[in-house]
Amino acid sequence: MAEAWIDILRILDGTLRLAAPLILCAMAGLISERSGIIDIGLEGKLLAGAFASAAVASLAGSATGAGLFEAMPWLGEGGAETAASVLNAAAPWWGLLAAILVCMFLGAVHGFACITHRGDHIISGVAVNILAAGLTVVVGFALFRQGGQSPPLGRDERFGPLQWPGAEGAAEIPVIGPLYAELISGHNILVYVALLAVPLVALLLYRTTFGLRLRAVGETPEAVDTAGISVHWLRYRAVLIAGLLCGIAGCYLSTAHGAGFVREMSAGKGFIALAAMIFGKWRPWTTLFACLLFGFLESGAARLQGVELPLIGPAPVELILVLPYVMTVILLAGFFGKAVPPRALGQPYGKGRGK
Amino acid sequence: MRLLSFLAGLALALWATLAPAQDFKPAVVFDMGGKFDKSFNEGVWNGVSKFIEETGVEVMEFEVTTETQREQAMRRMVERGATLVLGVGFAQADAIDAVAKDYPDVQFAIIDVFWLDQPNLRQYQFREHEGSYLVGVAAALTSETGKVGFIGGMDIPLIRKFACGYVQGAKAARPDIEIFENMTGTTPAAWNDPTKGAELAQSQMDRGADVIYHAAGGTGLGVIRAVADAGELAIGVDSNQNGLAPGNVLTSMLKRVDVAAYDTLMDAMNGEFSPGVVVLGLAEDGVDWALDEHNADLITPEVKAAIEAAKAAIVAGEVKVHDYEADGTCPF
Repeated sequence: MAEAWIDILRILDGTLRLAAPLILCAMAGLISERSGIIDIGLEGKLLAGAFASAAVASLAGSATGAGLFEAMPWLGEGGAETAASVLNAAAPWWGLLAAILVCMFLGAVHGFACITHRGDHIISGVAVNILAAGLTVVVGFALFRQGGQSPPLGRDERFGPLQWPGAEGAAEIPVIGPLYAELISGHNILVYVALLAVPLVALLLYRTTFGLRLRAVGETPEAVDTAGISVHWLRYRAVLIAGLLCGIAGCYLSTAHGAGFVREMSAGKGFIALAAMIFGKWRPWTTLFACLLFGFLESGAARLQGVELPLIGPAPVELILVLPYVMTVILLAGFFGKAVPPRALGQPYGKGRGK
Repeated sequence: MRLLSFLAGLALALWATLAPAQDFKPAVVFDMGGKFDKSFNEGVWNGVSKFIEETGVEVMEFEVTTETQREQAMRRMVERGATLVLGVGFAQADAIDAVAKDYPDVQFAIIDVFWLDQPNLRQYQFREHEGSYLVGVAAALTSETGKVGFIGGMDIPLIRKFACGYVQGAKAARPDIEIFENMTGTTPAAWNDPTKGAELAQSQMDRGADVIYHAAGGTGLGVIRAVADAGELAIGVDSNQNGLAPGNVLTSMLKRVDVAAYDTLMDAMNGEFSPGVVVLGLAEDGVDWALDEHNADLITPEVKAAIEAAKAAIVAGEVKVHDYEADGTCPF
C-alpha cells in the first residue's frame, strides 16, 4: 500500500516537473491570445529563452576578474574581482533575466509585425520559430564553439532543488509525510513560479481593469477603441507579458531542470502548450488542468516503458510513446465541448476604413 | 587598373592550376556539430590534429552547418585538388556515395558507415557492443542496489546494439542484476530532448537504479544531469564524458573515431589506402572505456580488474559479444 502510494506520488512529482514549462508557456499564450494576438511563436520564444538563459548563466558563472573587467578602469582597485564575483554568485538569475529580455524582445518583434503593421499572426509566429531555431545554433556556435550547445552548467550556475523545511523528517509520517517530502518539497524555484503564475494570470484577467480591457480587446476591439483606450498599446503589453512568461519557461528548460542548452531542446513543448491552452478553452484554471494532464501522461509513459503489463507482458516502446498523443486525441474529441476562441483573435485592428 | 588586377588574378589562377599538384592532399568534411562538439566530430579532429602534428601535412577542412552542404562541400574539396576526402558520420553516407561515384580517382573514407559499395571508398564500422559490454560490467559491479539502467536516444538498431552489449556485460558480471531499458523516442527529435532524458533517468532511479548508461546524444546530457543531481552514477558515451559531472560519471564508453581518422590519413599518405569496410573493436583499440582523474576514485581496483579481464577475454575471442545489428535480436 505504502509502496503504491509512493509510486503514485513519484508520477505526480514527474507531472509537475514536465508540466512546469507547459504551464508557463500556456499562460503566455493565453494572455497573448485573449488580447487577440495568435501566438504560434511560443515554441521559438521558449527555445530562444532557453538559449539566452544557458548562455548568460554560463558566461556569468565563469566570469573572472581578468579580461572584460580589467578593461574597465573605473571599477577601481579590486573592482574587477568584485564585479566578477557578483556575476558568479547570481549566475542563474542573470540567465533568467537574459531569457526574459530576449523573449520580450521576440514578443515585441511579433507585436511590431502583427499590431503595428497588421501582418498575418501565423506567418509572424512561424518566422519567430524559424528565427529562434537557426539563431540559437549559429550564435551558440560562435560563442562557445561546441556545435551549437552551451557548455554544461555547474551546480552554482543553475537553480537547484529547494528542500522545504522539515522535508527529511516529514517523510517518516505515513501518507501525508511522503506527500510533503516527495511532491511538494524538492523542486526548483521555477516550478513554484509556474504554479503561482496561474492564479496571478487569473487575477490579472478577471479582477483588474487591465484584465477587463485585455479581454475586451480580444473580443471587440472597436468597443475598447471607442472608449478611448489604445488597442495597440494594450496588445503590446499582452505580447510583452507573454514574452516574460516564455522567458521563465525557457530558463526552466536549460538552467533549472536542465543544465545547458542543446539545439532544438524545446522539442515541441511550445506547441503542446498551445494545444493545452486551446484544450483549456483560453481560461487559466482549465489550461492548468490541461497542462497537468499532458505532464501526467508523459510522466506515466516514462515509467511504463519496459514494465510488465497484465495480459500483454512487457509494454512495447512504440505503444508507450504514442500513449500521450492517443489519450489527447480521445480526450479532445470525446470529453470536452467546443472551444470558442476570442472573437477578434488573429484579426488586425486599425482605426477607420480598411481594418 | 581594373584590367590589371583582372589579369593578375587570371595569371594567379593559371599558375595555381599549372603548378605541380601535391601528391597527397587530404580533406576532412566535419558534420553538423562542428569540430569542437565535445563528441563525435571533436574525436575526428583529435585524430586529424595528431596527424598534422606528426607529419606537417596540411589538411583541408570544412564544417557543415546545414544538410545541403554535405555533398557540396565534398565536391568542392575534390575540385580544389583533394586526393582523399574523409566524411564524418552516417548522415554523410548518401553524399559520399554520390561524390565517390563521380570521382573514381579520388580516395574517400567515411566513419560509422558500412553499407555502401564503391571501389574507392573505405568505411569504418565500430563494435560498440564490445565497449558497451565493458561498461555493463562496470555498472553491474558498482551498483549497490543490484539495479542498473540504460537510456537510448532514437529507437534504431544501432542503439539496440549498445543496449544489448550492455545487458550482456552486466549479466555476465552479475547474473542477478536487474536492468531497466528506456528509449527516448522514435523520431530524430529523441536525440535532443534533455528534459525527457532527465525524466526517464528519474523514473529509473525511482525504481532503484543507481548506475545509468546513456546512448542518447544531447538527450543524454539531461540523463547525466538528473543522475548527478540525485547523487547516483551515470555512464557517458562516444567521447570521454567523465568531466561533465565529475564524481557522478562512473566511466564512458569510448568510440575511438580519432583512431579511424588518423589511420585513414596515415594509410593514404603512405600509399596503403585500401577500400572496403574496416571494423574497429576492442582488439583494434576502436572502442574502449575511459579512466581518468575524474573517475579514478569511483572505479575500485576489483572493478578495474574485472573490466580488464573482460576486455582481455573479448580480445582473445573467449567471450563473444552479441551484435544486435547482425540478426535483430538480443538473446539476453
